[in-house]
Amino acid sequence: MEERKYAWTFPHVKGTMSTANVMRMVLAALLPAAVFGIVHFGLRALLHMVICMITCMLTEFVFEAFADRPLAVTDCSAAVTGLLLSMMLPVGAPLWYGILGGVFAIAVMKMAFGGIGKNRLNPALCGYCLLLLLFSDTMRNYSFGDFGSSTLLGQFLQGTVVDPFPMILGNTNGGIGQTSSIAILAGAVLLLAFGIIRLRIPAAAAIAFVATLFLFGGRGFDQLYFTTQLCGGGFLLGIWFMAVDYVTSPITKNGQILYGLLIGVLAAALRLRGIEEAVVYAVLVGNLAVPLIEKITVPRAFGQQRLVKVHNEKHGGAA
Amino acid sequence: MAHVTFKGGVFPHKRKRFTREKVLEEYFPKGDLVYPLLQHVGGMAVPVVSPGERVLEGQLIAKASGDISAPVHASVSGTVKAVEPRMTVSGKMIPSIVVENDGQYEKISAPEMRPWQEMEAGEKLRRIREAGIVGMGGAGFPTHIKLAVQNPKKIKYVIVNGTECEPYMTGDYRRMVEEPEKLVEGLEIVLSLFERAVGVLALEDNKRDAITALQLAVRKESRMEIRVFETKYPQGAERMLIYSVTGMEIDSTRLPADAGCIVLNVETVCAVRRALAEGLPLTQRALTVTGKALKNPKNLLVRLGTSFAELPDAAGGFLKEPKKFVCGGPMRGTALPDLNVPVEKTSAGLLCMSKDYVFKPSACIRCGACAEVCPIHLLPARLSELAVEEKEEEFRRMHGMECLGCGSCSYVCPARKALAPSIQGMRRKLLAQGKR
Repeated sequence: MEERKYAWTFPHVKGTMSTANVMRMVLAALLPAAVFGIVHFGLRALLHMVICMITCMLTEFVFEAFADRPLAVTDCSAAVTGLLLSMMLPVGAPLWYGILGGVFAIAVMKMAFGGIGKNRLNPALCGYCLLLLLFSDTMRNYSFGDFGSSTLLGQFLQGTVVDPFPMILGNTNGGIGQTSSIAILAGAVLLLAFGIIRLRIPAAAAIAFVATLFLFGGRGFDQLYFTTQLCGGGFLLGIWFMAVDYVTSPITKNGQILYGLLIGVLAAALRLRGIEEAVVYAVLVGNLAVPLIEKITVPRAFGQQRLVKVHNEKHGGAA
Repeated sequence: MAHVTFKGGVFPHKRKRFTREKVLEEYFPKGDLVYPLLQHVGGMAVPVVSPGERVLEGQLIAKASGDISAPVHASVSGTVKAVEPRMTVSGKMIPSIVVENDGQYEKISAPEMRPWQEMEAGEKLRRIREAGIVGMGGAGFPTHIKLAVQNPKKIKYVIVNGTECEPYMTGDYRRMVEEPEKLVEGLEIVLSLFERAVGVLALEDNKRDAITALQLAVRKESRMEIRVFETKYPQGAERMLIYSVTGMEIDSTRLPADAGCIVLNVETVCAVRRALAEGLPLTQRALTVTGKALKNPKNLLVRLGTSFAELPDAAGGFLKEPKKFVCGGPMRGTALPDLNVPVEKTSAGLLCMSKDYVFKPSACIRCGACAEVCPIHLLPARLSELAVEEKEEEFRRMHGMECLGCGSCSYVCPARKALAPSIQGMRRKLLAQGKR
C-alpha cells in the first residue's frame, strides 16, 4: 500500500539515474586507475581490491540483515568504498589490513551513523586513517620491486631533489591506485562525462592548493615543484573521488566551491608541514565543515529581493 | 536565435511524436455529460437549471457566484438528469450538473453582438466572464480577473504561453499549427485591453511548424512578436516564462502584472476569441489522448463534461494493457484511479501509460541533483526532510513557500524520493493556515 501511494504522486515519469547507477558509474570511472594498479603492481593489488570490496559489501549486508534494515547493499555504494580503500593501500601491506579497514569503514563510519546518506565522514578515508594510525610504519612502507620504501613525494618532502615525471604515467611506488595521474584523470573525465560530478569541488580544491603553495611554498612558479605536489600523495584521487563524495560534500552550489577551497588550502598547509597524506586529513576536515558550510550558503530563491534583473536588452531572443 | 532561459530545469523525453501530426478531431460524446460546478479557482458556480429541464448546447447552466468565479455552460443539448456530487479529476466529490445527451447538438441562438473592435474594455471583460473562461493551462484562474488589472497601462507584455513543456501534450501545438490566425486574433483582442503592451507568442524551439505558421500569421501585426526558447521543462511555468521573456524574476507572492505581464495559455486565448468574435461560451477544448497503451493516439476537440472513460475508445482502443492513467502531462498531471470523471476546463490531456513506475524511495545520498535542477534554486532534499519532520519555521526560512511544484527534483532524484509532492503538501498546509 505504501508503495502504491508513491505511484500516484507526480511526476509520473522519472529520469534514468538511480543510486545503483551512480555507484556503478563511479566504479567504472575508477577502472582506469584500478587496472593500471593491477598491471603495475601485479595480482597482489587485485587481491587487495577484491578483499576490500567483499569485506565492505559483506559488512553492510550483515549489518542490514541483523539490524532489520531495508537491504541497500545492492546499490554498490559499499563496493565503491571498498575499492577506494584498497586503492590507497601500499601493495606490500598485509592482506588482512583491508578486512580491518573495510569493517571499520562500513560498520562504524557508515552503518552506525544510519547507513547510506547519513554518514558525516567519508568511510573509505576513515578506514585508511585508522590503518595509518595503527600501523603507521607498514602503511608508509611503499617498497615494491626496485623502488624503496618512500615515495617520490616522500623523498621530495624530505628535501631530496626528485624527477616527478614517473608520477604522471604511474611508473613509481605508492598506493595501489594512486600512482598514475593520467589514469586517475581519465576516470575524472568519465565522472564528468557521465554527469556524476561537477567541476566545482575539484577545480576549487586544485586552484586553492596551487595558490596556497605558490604563496607560501617559497618556490614561485617552479613547474617541477607543482607537478610533484599535485601528482603525489593521492592528491588527485582525493579531490576527484574522495572530496566529491555526494554524502559528505555540500549540496549547495556555492557551498561546494567553499568546500573545495577549504580542502585545497588545508591540503597545501599540511603539505608545507611535510605531511604526505595531507589530502586525506584535508578532506576529512572538509567533511566536518559541511553542515556549517551548507548553513551559510543557502541560495537566494528565484525572485527574492531582485525583482528586476535586466538581461533583455542584451539578448532579445526574437525569432 | 538567442535562447535566454532560466537556470535549472530538466529534459524528459518529449514523446510528442505520438500525436504531433494528428489533426484536431471533433469528438461527440456518447454517455452523459457531467459538469462540476467548481472547475476554477474561486467560488463554486450556482446551478440555474433543475432536473428534468431541457438545455441547449451553449446554454448557461450554472452562474458565477461572486466576482472570483466562473459560470458553466452545457456543451450538448439534452435533459438535466441530476444535480449531485460527482467524482472529479482532483479526487474530490464536487457538486455537478449531469446532462443526458440527446444527440441533437441543438445550439442556443448566439446573442446579438457588435464586432469586438467596437466594444469598450468593460464589455469585453464582461463577455469573457460570461463565457466562463478560466486559465486552461491547468491553473483555472478566472481570465476576466487576470485581465482586469488596476492599471492596464502598466502592462508591457501579453504573453501567449505556447511552450507546452509537458511531455506528450500536443493540443496547444495543433492549435498553433492549424489555426494560427485565430490565435493571433485572440491575442489581438487581449492586446486591445492593454494599449502599451506587446504581444509575445512564446514557444519552445522544438515546435518548428508552429513557429513557421505563426510567423506567417503575425507578419502584418506590428504589436506582436514570436519568442523561441530552449525546449526545457518547466519552461511554461508562469514565473519561468516571465523571466525568459522579460528577464524579471517574481517570487510566489507576486502576480505577473507586477512584472508588467499577462500570461495566457494558447487554449485560453482561443476561447477568448470564440467568446468575443463568435459569441460562443467555453464548451470545448483541445485535449491530447495519448500514451503507449493506445492504438491510435489523437488530438481531440472534446466537449467539456465528457467522461474520460470514453476517450481511449476514441483513440482506437488499447494496444497494451494500460497500467496507469494520467489527466494532463506526465510531469505535473494527476493520476486517475478511475476514468469515470469528466473532462474539465483545465484538462489538457489523457495519458494512458503502458508502464506503471512504482517508485520505491531509498535513502537520500545528498547528490544535490535536485538543487541543481530546481528552477527556483531551492534545496529540495532539505525541504522535503523539513516537510516530513513538519519543521514549519525552518521550512519557511529555506524558502519552501517559493516552490513551484514543477516536479523536476523528483524527476532527477536517484533515490526516487517524492520530493516535490512532500514540499507541495507542506506548502499547501501552511498556505491554508494563512502562514507565508
